[in-house]
Amino acid sequence: MRGNPAISARKPIARWVMILVTVVGALIMVFPAIWMLSASLQSNNQISQYPPSLMPHPFTLEGYLKGLTVLPFVRYFFNTACIAVLSSIGGVLSSSLAGFAFARLRFRGKNILFVCVLSGLMIPYAVVMIPQYLLFKHLGWIDTYYPLIVPAWFGLPFLIFLFRQFFAGIPNELFEAARIDGCGFPGLYWRIAMPLAKPAVATAFIFHFQAAWNDFLGPLIYINSNSKYTLSLGLSAFTSSCDCTPWNQLMGVSTIVALVPILVFFFAQKYVLRGIVLTSK
Amino acid sequence: MRVGMSVETGVRPVSRKRVRAGLQRRLEARWFLLFISPWLVGFAVLTVYPMIASAYYSLTNYSVLSPPTFIGFQNYTFLFHSPLFWTSVRVTVIYAIATVVIQLVLGLLVAMLLNLRIPGMKVLRTLYYIPNVLPMAATSMLWMFLFVPRTGVLDAALHQLFGINGPQWLSDPRWALSGLIIMSVWSIGSSMLIFLAGLQSIPDELYEAADIDGARLFTKLRHITLPMLSPQILLNLILGLIGAFQTFVQAYMMTDGGPDYATYLYSLSIYQNAFQSFHMGMASAEAWIMFLVILALTAAIFKTSARWVYYGGGTES
Repeated sequence: MRGNPAISARKPIARWVMILVTVVGALIMVFPAIWMLSASLQSNNQISQYPPSLMPHPFTLEGYLKGLTVLPFVRYFFNTACIAVLSSIGGVLSSSLAGFAFARLRFRGKNILFVCVLSGLMIPYAVVMIPQYLLFKHLGWIDTYYPLIVPAWFGLPFLIFLFRQFFAGIPNELFEAARIDGCGFPGLYWRIAMPLAKPAVATAFIFHFQAAWNDFLGPLIYINSNSKYTLSLGLSAFTSSCDCTPWNQLMGVSTIVALVPILVFFFAQKYVLRGIVLTSK
Repeated sequence: MRVGMSVETGVRPVSRKRVRAGLQRRLEARWFLLFISPWLVGFAVLTVYPMIASAYYSLTNYSVLSPPTFIGFQNYTFLFHSPLFWTSVRVTVIYAIATVVIQLVLGLLVAMLLNLRIPGMKVLRTLYYIPNVLPMAATSMLWMFLFVPRTGVLDAALHQLFGINGPQWLSDPRWALSGLIIMSVWSIGSSMLIFLAGLQSIPDELYEAADIDGARLFTKLRHITLPMLSPQILLNLILGLIGAFQTFVQAYMMTDGGPDYATYLYSLSIYQNAFQSFHMGMASAEAWIMFLVILALTAAIFKTSARWVYYGGGTES
C-alpha cells in the first residue's frame, strides 16, 4: 500500500482530496508573501483601487527606488549584516567550546552546570532585560552595537546544547587514538572535533544568524541614532514617519528586509530544518 | 576524581599508574573549566546577576535618573490593583490560549498532510515553513497591509467571495486582537516541523497492524498518532505558551497596544513601563510576575504530563 501511515487512506479519492487540501493550504500560506512582492511592484494608485489585483499594472520599481531612499536602508542592510555576522561568529566559537567540554570532558558537577545551561532557555528575556540594559549603560555601550554582539560571544544556551548533542555522537575511538598520539585537549577540540562538526557549525551559525538578523527588541532598546538602525528598526521607523501610507514603498522595503533570511533559508534549508527538529529530541 | 582524592589524602599507598590517572583527571577538569569559561562568565554576568538585580529592582522605586529606593512589595500591590495590568493579563491570556490551540491543532493537521508520501512534498513543506523565516518586522508590516479596512486584501476577499462586509480589523477594538490571532496562523511552521519529525518516527507497523484489525482513520488517530506524538504535543504546548507571553513585535508595530488597549500584550506593557515611562522597578515586577507564571504553568503541565505523555518507541531520546 502506498498510503501515508499517519492518515492512511485506503480509497484513492480520499488520497487525492488530501493532496488537494495540502496544495491549496500551501498556496494560502505563500499568498501573503506573493502579495507583498506584487504590491511592491505596483503603483500606489493601483494599490488604492478596489478590488485589489495581483498583477502589477503598470509594472513599476517606484516602491523600491523611493522606499529605499526615504531612510538610508542600504546602510541599515550593512548594519544588520555586521551585527548578525559578528554575533554569529562569537556564538559559534564559544558555544562549540562549551559544547565540546560538556560532551567529552569529565568534571565533577558537570551535570548541574549543564542544567544551568538549559535553564537559560527557560528564562524570559524580560527578566534580565532591565539589569542588562543598566549594565551596558554603565559601560557606555548605549547606541553602540556591543550590546547586540558581545552577549553572543559568551555562548548561547541553545547552541551549546546543539554542539553537545553533536560532539557526544562522535565515536570515542577517534579521540582515544588522538590521545595516544599525544594530542592535548585543545587539539582534540580544534583538530578532531571541529573538523567533524562542519554540519553542526553550519546549523548553529545559520540558526543564530537568522535570529540576530530578525531581532527587533534588542536594537529597539539599545540603538538611538538613525544612522545606526537595523533593517527591522528602520522599517518600524518608516511607518511612524509618514501619515499617508505609501504601501508600495512599505512593501518594497519589507521585501528587502525579508530577502536575506529567505535566501539563507533556501540555500541552507537542510541546516535550518535540522536545528528546529533538534529541539524536539 | 575519587582516585585523585586518595592521592591527596595519601591514606593508602597508590601505584604510579593511579597517580598519573589522578593528574590526568585534574588536568582534564582544568581544561573543562577553561572551555566553558566564556559561558560561565556570561551566565554569571548576563543571567544570574540580572535575575538577582531585577528581583531587587522589583522591590524598589527606580526611574534610572535617581538611585533605586526600597519600597517593599508596593510595585506588586500597585499592579494587582491596576485595571491596566489586568487588561494586559486578559489580552495576553486570550492571545496565548488562541495561538497555542492554533499551533497544536493546525500544526498537527498540516504535519499529517505533509507526511503524505507523494513526489514534490519537499517543496510543499518549504512553502508552509517560509513565513517563519521572515523577520517579524516585515511580517507585521505585510499583515498591516492585508488588514487595511475595506480596500485591503482580506476585506476585499471577504466581500468578493462571501459578500461579507469585513471588519475594520486593527482599528476596531473588538477585532484587533483577533487580527493578531489570525496572523499567528501564518507561523505554524515551527510547531508543524516538530510534529512532522515526531510523525516520521512512528513505526509503520503500528498502522499496518491497525489496518489489519480494520481500524478507521479516527480510531488510528486517537489510539496511535496522538499517543505516539504526545512528547511533541507537550513540547509545542510549552514552547507555544512561552512564545505567546513574549509576543512583542506585532503589538508594538501594528497596533501599539491599541485601539483602546485591545492588543495590550504583556510584553508590550513591560517594554513601555521600562523604556517609555522609565518605571524600571514596576517593569521588573511585571517581568517577575510573568516569569513565575510561566514557571508555574510549565511545572503544572509537566506534572500532568506523566498521565498523558507516552515515551517509548523511538521518541524517548
